[in-house]
Amino acid sequence: MKNLLNEFRANPKKAVVPAVVAAALILLAFLPGMTKPYTTIMLGSVIMYVILSLGWNMFSGATGYISLATAAFFGLGVYTSAILGDYMPLPLLMAVGGIAASVLAILIGVITLRLRGVYFTIFTLGVVKLLEVLILYLEIHLNGTRGRFVVSYSFTDVFYALYILLIVQLIAIVVIRRSRFGKALTCIAEGEDAAQHIGINSTRVKILCFAISSFAMGAAGAAMATRWSYIDPGIAFNANYSFLPVLMVIFGGAQSLLGPITGAAVFAYLQELLTTEFPYIYMLAMGIIMILAILFMPRGILGVVHDLVARARKRKEAGRDAHT
Amino acid sequence: MLVTIFNVISSGLIMGGVYAIIAMGMSIQYGVARILNVSHGEFIMVGAFLTFMLVKLNVNPLLAMVLIMPLMFLLGFILHRTIYKKLNDVSGSSGAFESNSMLISFGLMFVLQNVALQIWGSQQQVYAFLQRSVNILGTAIALNRLVVLLLAVAISLLFYLFLQKSRLGKAIRAVSQDATSAALMGVKVHRVGAISFGIGAVLAGCAGSLISVINQFNTAMGMSYTIIAIIVVVLGGMGSVPGALLGGFILGFIGTLVNYIDPSLSLVAYYLIIIILLLVKPSGLMGGKA
Repeated sequence: MKNLLNEFRANPKKAVVPAVVAAALILLAFLPGMTKPYTTIMLGSVIMYVILSLGWNMFSGATGYISLATAAFFGLGVYTSAILGDYMPLPLLMAVGGIAASVLAILIGVITLRLRGVYFTIFTLGVVKLLEVLILYLEIHLNGTRGRFVVSYSFTDVFYALYILLIVQLIAIVVIRRSRFGKALTCIAEGEDAAQHIGINSTRVKILCFAISSFAMGAAGAAMATRWSYIDPGIAFNANYSFLPVLMVIFGGAQSLLGPITGAAVFAYLQELLTTEFPYIYMLAMGIIMILAILFMPRGILGVVHDLVARARKRKEAGRDAHT
Repeated sequence: MLVTIFNVISSGLIMGGVYAIIAMGMSIQYGVARILNVSHGEFIMVGAFLTFMLVKLNVNPLLAMVLIMPLMFLLGFILHRTIYKKLNDVSGSSGAFESNSMLISFGLMFVLQNVALQIWGSQQQVYAFLQRSVNILGTAIALNRLVVLLLAVAISLLFYLFLQKSRLGKAIRAVSQDATSAALMGVKVHRVGAISFGIGAVLAGCAGSLISVINQFNTAMGMSYTIIAIIVVVLGGMGSVPGALLGGFILGFIGTLVNYIDPSLSLVAYYLIIIILLLVKPSGLMGGKA
């Protein structure tokens, strides 16, 4: 922490992003008391997507292995609340949901993370569908029902639960990024073979990172489930929870913390606006934006902004040079 | 008992034949163009609905399958020449291209699926074609299923022969084995990549036509076929066309057997196979290095 402060003092520019994030977080804490209930519900959804996107970026952005298991972790969290909701309080539910997600992540990692990235991606894509089918089968054959009712908490409670989860996640990301472990991750992203040669056990590092990053996804699922009163496997394991965070990070930019946050906020808001009236158009637009973003903004919208600012500054300097 | 065995064999062959075509399409796209096309199932769905549109105009569905082949080829070829070519220009390394091309095809999946929803709606569709049954060895089999079986096997074999014997087939195999050397030997790698992507789309379209003859279909069906294609491709070995052929039939038989026990468990059974395979022999039955 002290190091961090010294660094900011030496280079104030580095403190801009943390300052913006911190200011936004402080503002967020007071919003539920000041605005309409609808705003709180919407902000809760935005925070959920921010958590999923940051979690996705924590592993996939860092290592280059594209995970599509986000919906699986989220859905496990949802089912944790649905099954254990009557027996424990919300914070504990979120912890159990997070642990369940991490255990699943370790299992997936052990099977696929020693292979090339493409195996990992396609395996994670199927895991979501597999869990949906498997849980549906178990529910029908053991309980004779499709879905479950979930213990319900007020949307304000859920908002604050997600809010605290987000803060914990942000701290974890910063701590990990600055640790030896984080440096090992960067090495793997830059060249896995080289990383292995300097003595990094790349498979173990990847599995551990995958497990840590999925904790918040499971916890978020556990919290969100208590806002919905009824769930079934189709709701809990909706594949869009896997795709949307990817889109949000690509759109926002994977390099800094602010990228996933921006992408998640923009799309979560758009979803709230469009999804009820024009669901197909919304999904169609997302597909098109995804393709265009990959082709034309490889560093996301923040990269575009960054380039524009840099160009404007250059022009200004050139103008100044011309005058003197 | 004998009847059951015969039923399992015929259903297994039908399912296996369709799976093989689907997986060969995905395999050639990945093996040659280095694109893991996760919108493959959406191409199948488009094939099924184009067939359905022609059937409504009183065209024979088998003729319809032939008619939509050039359309599907153009769709794949043009997509490759525009989007994936641009992606190839902006991607720094082949690894970056591989993961970005997968993401692009996710975008494509959303686009195709939602355009299809706008045009064709979300309800289940089905049409009647050759629903008489014929007797073979004392058991009855629906004629349409028999036709699909024969066509699936024929398409698979024709495609395999095309790869083995024709000049273009040799170029395709050369690029999939070693793109750099193939380029040095005068093979136009990008053109072959675009053609392969088009051929993959044609195979998806054929599979869609065949599926529409024997099954119900809707605009949301793509994803489940994509997952099946992926499982078969991993089973056979990534990028190996003979592997896809073999894997398709194996999965078809296993699927049929599991269907006799409980249809809702087939995906679970497939996944069990993949987990064991990835733990024991991740390169698949006929693949190279994983």
